[in-house]
Amino acid sequence: MNTTLDLLEKNTKGIIADYDMQKVPLKLLEMGCLPGNEVVLLEVAPLGDPIYLYVNDTHLSIRKELAKEILVNVE
Amino acid sequence: MKNIINVALIGNPNVGKTSVFNALTGLNHKIGNYPGITVDKISGDAKLSNDVLAKVIDLPGTYSINASSLDEKIVLDLLFNPQHKEYPDVVVVVADIENLKRNLLLFTQIKELGIPSVLAINMADRMTEKGISLDVKQLEEKLNTKVVLISAKKKQGIEELKAAIIDFRNYSTEPSVNATAAASEFFGKLALTYPTEPIYKLWMIYSQDLEIGSINKSSIEEKGIQLSESEVKRLQQKKTIKRYQFINDLLKEVYKKDIKAATDLLSKADRILTHKVWGYVIFFAIMLLVFQAIFTWSSIPMDWIDGLFGSLSTWIHEVMEPGKLTELIADGIIPGIGGIMPFIPQIAILFMFIAILEETGYMSRVVFLMDRLMRPFGLSGKSVVPLISGNACAIPAIMSARNIENPKERLLTILVTPFTTCSARIPVYIILIALVIPDTKLFGVIGLQGLTLTLFYLLGFLAALVGAWILKFFIRSEKKSYFVIEMPNYRMPIFKNVVSTMYEKTKAFVIGAGKIIFFLSIIIWFLGAHGPGEKYENAEEIVTEQYKGQSVSEKELEDHIAGYKLENSYIGIIGKSIEPVIKPLGYDWKIGIAVISSFVAREVFVGTLATIYNVGSSGEEDEDGTIKQRMSAEVWPDTKEKVFTLASGLSLMVFYAFAMQCTSTVAITRRETKSWKWTIFQLIFMTAFAYLAAMLTFQFLK
Repeated sequence: MNTTLDLLEKNTKGIIADYDMQKVPLKLLEMGCLPGNEVVLLEVAPLGDPIYLYVNDTHLSIRKELAKEILVNVE
Repeated sequence: MKNIINVALIGNPNVGKTSVFNALTGLNHKIGNYPGITVDKISGDAKLSNDVLAKVIDLPGTYSINASSLDEKIVLDLLFNPQHKEYPDVVVVVADIENLKRNLLLFTQIKELGIPSVLAINMADRMTEKGISLDVKQLEEKLNTKVVLISAKKKQGIEELKAAIIDFRNYSTEPSVNATAAASEFFGKLALTYPTEPIYKLWMIYSQDLEIGSINKSSIEEKGIQLSESEVKRLQQKKTIKRYQFINDLLKEVYKKDIKAATDLLSKADRILTHKVWGYVIFFAIMLLVFQAIFTWSSIPMDWIDGLFGSLSTWIHEVMEPGKLTELIADGIIPGIGGIMPFIPQIAILFMFIAILEETGYMSRVVFLMDRLMRPFGLSGKSVVPLISGNACAIPAIMSARNIENPKERLLTILVTPFTTCSARIPVYIILIALVIPDTKLFGVIGLQGLTLTLFYLLGFLAALVGAWILKFFIRSEKKSYFVIEMPNYRMPIFKNVVSTMYEKTKAFVIGAGKIIFFLSIIIWFLGAHGPGEKYENAEEIVTEQYKGQSVSEKELEDHIAGYKLENSYIGIIGKSIEPVIKPLGYDWKIGIAVISSFVAREVFVGTLATIYNVGSSGEEDEDGTIKQRMSAEVWPDTKEKVFTLASGLSLMVFYAFAMQCTSTVAITRRETKSWKWTIFQLIFMTAFAYLAAMLTFQFLK
């Protein structure tokens, strides 16, 4: 099933499928948010945003507006 | 043989790079858990062997050598220019055994620069505990480099690292991964533009719009390279993917990790610390503890320092010959300096807590928790760090805004941070609160004076938020906002690092402020103890004449003479000339002098008042007691009403809450924004806001 990263439920996994390079900063790529990598949504901040991810052996936090741009495959 | 080696130390944030630096050089500096805390370029000498010395530069923590933040630009300037006098002979890339995958990305980039490189894998002492195994031999082979396992904290592997640095000539300068294969046709063309330069350097200059030596983006374009912005980004992505493919394949062979053991503590701690309810409860509890500690722990040393300066002044009067010099020291310099010294303990304690919060990794969680709350004001979660640090001092706070990538959020943070209640306001608040707020308890428990101080802290924070909300409509956003932060592992803070941060920052504050206050108190004392014309010179005769026939005691007459002298001194004349402007705020000319002189730094206010009132009482030993008692005895000459009332006292506090009374902050805003426009805007915005708010306060309460 295809969805976007911001819609992932807490404690679920997805595989990063694709995104529009123009809308995603280089830093996110360098942190390891690359197509094919597994991503886990660990926590959502109290007011629903930002979200807390585990990807590429890294714990990181991004805002939903950015997560929206990232397509993920969920089993 | 060259016996001095230039070494550059580079690594991701939170890998303990600064601890490695300390272990090599013995110099004491701090490690940062918050991206970019190592703001300035720090260097030190390391003795590698009996005849080899290394000049080590500790570069700011960075995830990549793409210049997405200011700090990372510092790194590029050094690494790309062989003409740079500190251009490294060898680069030591520090990595963390637990985050090897991401750390190796930076390593593969560094390896492409053509500089001999050593990979120092830190925190190797944790391998067993975390269930990690690593085949170092194979890693060295595949990366085409030297690898050293170290633990800076436990001082393991440091000698091996030193030996590895000495050996730098033996290392390959070839890349470990050929990332240009991602688009070989383009990179082939690029290489031809400047055949003697490394491709990677040309690519960085082109894609990041840099200028190194005589090469820049347009000079490359002139040689026939044309790419659209989206093509540049696509190539960056392709190269990054290429690198990670290489790293993933490599780590699959050499690195084994039991994920459960590795992330257990982190996820357990985060479940509580970033929880919807508990996250905030814990954050506010920590803040409460910090501010409680600042006030309770510091009260004893404060009283002690305060008393010391009081008796010092008396002692000088006793032992030195009466005269101008004695007066200058005892009534000018000592009260001036003594006005600020008691606040050292508070400043030190606040800096200590901020260092601990950063070192443990907790600060990143605060950023995560607060981001959504800060956004309506045009700020980011990262603005919380400057806004909290601003409660100690706006100068380091504004500098810590550097790691906010979005230019608009960063500028807004810089512009409003000086509204937060820095420690220089504390002396002003405390003396005014003691003067105009009754020492009673509300409902029998809450001290009214303490409550007022708390409210002023809140007022400062609110002013910062409201200020940002107003200003965000005036600042255009040029770049789309993005927010990507690492949540580092939790670590026990290293005691030595905390203490040295606290010491260095406090020292910088005290020396910075102390210098200004020292000179100002001399100037103010001089202007107050001298005056132009006959009125000042003949004060004694004029006043004695005035009171002839009236029954005044010698003491009263002396006070009248002193008062008359002050009024006709230089400082009196300056103060009187601005009285019309400040009268609507409820201030007399003496307060006016203090307000003007404290434009340099807020804490000067108290020192100046102390100097002025000391001059006013002709410098004899104090029968009238402390400054506070003298201030409360001040009356308007025409109406005989008290000068310091609830209305004028609060008006002054409101003025100090909002006004930009600090030249050092003005200077730092200029340096960080690189814009006089915003610096002057901030100054005028804050001062106008302060003037109006103070006037409203006074007129309303009068």
